Amino acid sequence: MEILQIVGIGIVATILSVILRQQKPEFAIQVSIVTGLIIFIFVISKLNYVIEVLNNLAKRIDMDLIYFTTILKVIGVAYIAEFGSQIARDAGEGAIASKIELGGKILIMVLAVPVLTSLLDLIIKIIP
Amino acid sequence: MNIDLIFKIAGIGIVVGILHTVLAKVGKEEYGYIVTLAGVVVVLTMVLTLISRLFDNVKTIFQLY
Repeated sequence: MEILQIVGIGIVATILSVILRQQKPEFAIQVSIVTGLIIFIFVISKLNYVIEVLNNLAKRIDMDLIYFTTILKVIGVAYIAEFGSQIARDAGEGAIASKIELGGKILIMVLAVPVLTSLLDLIIKIIP
Repeated sequence: MNIDLIFKIAGIGIVVGILHTVLAKVGKEEYGYIVTLAGVVVVLTMVLTLISRLFDNVKTIFQLY
């Protein structure tokens, strides 16, 4: 039962963070960063399996592989941007958090441009 | 999954907090700030390796090159 491990780590880290927040808030933030990192590194090994299965499925239905990798890239960028902005917001820097989110959105838009152009191509092909 | 790092950081934080308080009581506020800064730098170097590992993992899994 991995969920029990994750919840246990979360509770312990929360208690430590609350203890530290009164004396030294900078260390409380470090504790929360490390907790997020440990939980994500633990979960990502499980995610690897799911992504492999999806990859095989995409190969089997003979889909253009560029769409699948684009989706994966968008998910990766979104997760990293979310992680950074959560840390910044946790530390009370809402402005930096919004800037990180803006950067993530723009990079996702750049990644999605090839899909958009192929959609437009398809529409032009359908319209006689 | 090693959660030692959480306890290490919390321990360093508590020790730095105590040192800060003691130094402030003795009347050496400026040393207290130096101790805090050193603690933050030490912890940050430990966290950075973990952050780079996360970024490497995300890059390989989501094929972000």
